[in-house]
Amino acid sequence: MNKSPNAPAKASIRLGADTLEVLVMTAFLVISIAFFSLLAPGFLSTTNFGSMSMQLPELGLLSLAMLVPIISGGLNLSVTFTANLAGLTTAWFVQGALADMGGIGVPLAIVTGLAVGAASGCLIGVIVAYVGAHPILVSLGAMIFFQGMGEFLTRGGGISGMPETFQTLGSGHWLGVPIPMWIFLAAAAGLMYIMHFTRIGFSTHMLGSNPRATEYSGIDVKRVLIIVYTLSGLLAGLAGMVMLARFNSVRVGHGESYLLITVLACFLAGANPFGGFGRVLPLMLGLMSLQVIASGMNLMGASQHLATAVWGGFLIIVMALRMPFIKSRE
Amino acid sequence: MSDIAIRARHVSKVFGQSRVLDSVEFELLRGEVMCLAGENGCGKSTLIKIINGVYKPEPGVQFTLGDESLTSISPLEARNRGIHVIWQDLALFPHLTVAENIVFDDYVAKPWKPIAYREALRQSFEIIQQFGFNLDPAARVEELTVAHRQLVAICRVLRAGANIIFMDEPTASLTYKEVQSLLAITRTLADQGISIVLVSHRLAEVLEVCQRVTVLRNGQLVGTYPTEGMTQARLSTLMTGLELEHTPRVNARKGAPVLELDGLSRDGEFEDISFTLNRGEILGLTGLLGAGRTEIAHTLFGMTRPTSGVMRKDGRPLKLRSNRDAVRHKIAYLSEDRFHLGLVQNQSINMNSAVTVLPFLEKPRGFLSPGRIKALTARWVEQLKIKVSDAELAVSSLSGGNQQRVALAKWLATEPDVLILDCPTIGVDVGAKAGIFDIIRGLADQGMAIILISDEAGEIWMNTDRALVLREGRIATEVTPADTTEEALEAVINA
Repeated sequence: MNKSPNAPAKASIRLGADTLEVLVMTAFLVISIAFFSLLAPGFLSTTNFGSMSMQLPELGLLSLAMLVPIISGGLNLSVTFTANLAGLTTAWFVQGALADMGGIGVPLAIVTGLAVGAASGCLIGVIVAYVGAHPILVSLGAMIFFQGMGEFLTRGGGISGMPETFQTLGSGHWLGVPIPMWIFLAAAAGLMYIMHFTRIGFSTHMLGSNPRATEYSGIDVKRVLIIVYTLSGLLAGLAGMVMLARFNSVRVGHGESYLLITVLACFLAGANPFGGFGRVLPLMLGLMSLQVIASGMNLMGASQHLATAVWGGFLIIVMALRMPFIKSRE
Repeated sequence: MSDIAIRARHVSKVFGQSRVLDSVEFELLRGEVMCLAGENGCGKSTLIKIINGVYKPEPGVQFTLGDESLTSISPLEARNRGIHVIWQDLALFPHLTVAENIVFDDYVAKPWKPIAYREALRQSFEIIQQFGFNLDPAARVEELTVAHRQLVAICRVLRAGANIIFMDEPTASLTYKEVQSLLAITRTLADQGISIVLVSHRLAEVLEVCQRVTVLRNGQLVGTYPTEGMTQARLSTLMTGLELEHTPRVNARKGAPVLELDGLSRDGEFEDISFTLNRGEILGLTGLLGAGRTEIAHTLFGMTRPTSGVMRKDGRPLKLRSNRDAVRHKIAYLSEDRFHLGLVQNQSINMNSAVTVLPFLEKPRGFLSPGRIKALTARWVEQLKIKVSDAELAVSSLSGGNQQRVALAKWLATEPDVLILDCPTIGVDVGAKAGIFDIIRGLADQGMAIILISDEAGEIWMNTDRALVLREGRIATEVTPADTTEEALEAVINA
């Protein structure tokens, strides 16, 4: 009866809900930059922005690796160790089998490392799809398996000393922006395309909300799950490459503390813990805010641990602010 | 003491700008079974909540309870006077026993009171005995069938001293036998002086058990009528305000065979199913819940494998390894469970209508165009007259009837030769039902072969060219609606 005045109002709320996430995250980014510009000495310097864009890509790539399974209604707890395995493989090939191959040795080793990352994810995907066990359990098992295997093969030690060409990947710049940042931006753009403009992305969202209804619609849910986790493994492998190049060494357990932060970053960016929803752009903005907080506090002389505590508080605040909007959507 | 259990006059309720109830009058006699009928959104629930004290009505209302006049009822007063509602979800605690659920009310306001299990068992047993129910007070509620859970809910309100019970869609998920026994129970209760109000979509059973029916439409009282001499058709008309046709489908044309089944069996589900489905035909597949209707549909849609027998499509043998194979062979299946299987409720109307045809929306390969998805949805929204304010909204924001149209759209988009519709009107209003069947008949007239699964005799009778009645996984008989009456068909289904 009174539908006509209500309808446009509803539409504008919906429009808000979609762009809202981006607006909120942008607002937080702007506020945190403004805050530390005023309080942290040297925050606005090129050095600081340089170091921030150097540190962001590792966490960023790992968070992208976490986002895809979350949208599909799962989780991949093995992202950090997958990154380690991929890094170890590349380092091992660069120093061993491919050391004498000159120019093509490095790219070949990188491809092998990425393949190992993708294969690790694929393994999880196959188990999730065909055994039907919950992804948290499967990826937790995989995480411990990868950790143990990596430690066994390296005997707990690390591999360090990459050739010059490899190190430029980690410390080089192009157009004034660090190469790791370019890698991250390219990966994020690629993922955005996949999630919004391909059948895989479409199916991932659907299956994240309701796998059975998606299967009843004629989508090969098993295949999509395998691709989702393979993609996650590939992105983790890419993070492994960036880490190897930046630190010039690799060790099992490297970046382990990032694991739960990647989960935090995804939920901070509005990904639905029950699957079906989550977007790349707010995730990137959220990650930038986290990086700004960490660097800003570091410049202010605060302890690293306090910065971690602030991250946690940040997540809780964003969740609390977002809740009314989620409720109004339902 | 008068014969009136409760009377409410001038009941109005305004939410925001809309008047949900407009000066409605409601009267219930002692020991009466009454039906409260009306389409979704007509104000039934609001009326119940007002009588139950949950909502405060607009001023001007007058209640008469027995010999007493009141101008308002609070939830506590409603309880004290024995007014109780059993909502469709029953609100039981599945992990607790029957007895614990029955005596639960004793403990609500007393969190520290220790639970007296023996006493609970004894008291529950008394209630169960008194009304002659077949219920084990020590069983856990989660182990019971829906029908038995309903008995637990009834015992609970009886123990709390109910003399007026509202039951919201009590028969929605029951089998025919269970419905019959529930209806018998309502009669027993009524004989003991308890007044019962049933809210139900199933008109047939309403007419069978109730003495009077109160009809609401758009928040207004249409009237209260005796069920004596009332027909389903007339009741539909009262509820919707529309004259709905109530005649069997007549189909002159019948095309070439599309789907042939020969001795199709699947162990433990169905046996020796043979039939031929022709173009332009609507074939009914009916029988009680559990007769094998949905199981056959699942096999035809490639979700399960037959253990023996042959399927042929357009004369060629058909072997399906998955439902994707079925879609490729132009077979579509609309699930009976729209909420869990038919649609992805949280995702948008756009995505739900496009999900079945993703490969066709990809152009160039590898690029799934949002524009094409929107255009596809827009086309079906127009063609099926779906009421959508914004196709980016979650499909759950639509009414049942409109959701079902989206579910239809997603399968029609695959341009099927054979469309299997599994109970397409579950949770859909009477008026919207008619709209959906108009669409279905239109599709058949254009040459689509349709299998309509339903346990409602009226639907089968009005909409199919012939109907196969299943019993325990086998075809019991074949019925041609045009040659029989609705009542006769109903008797065959329930035999």
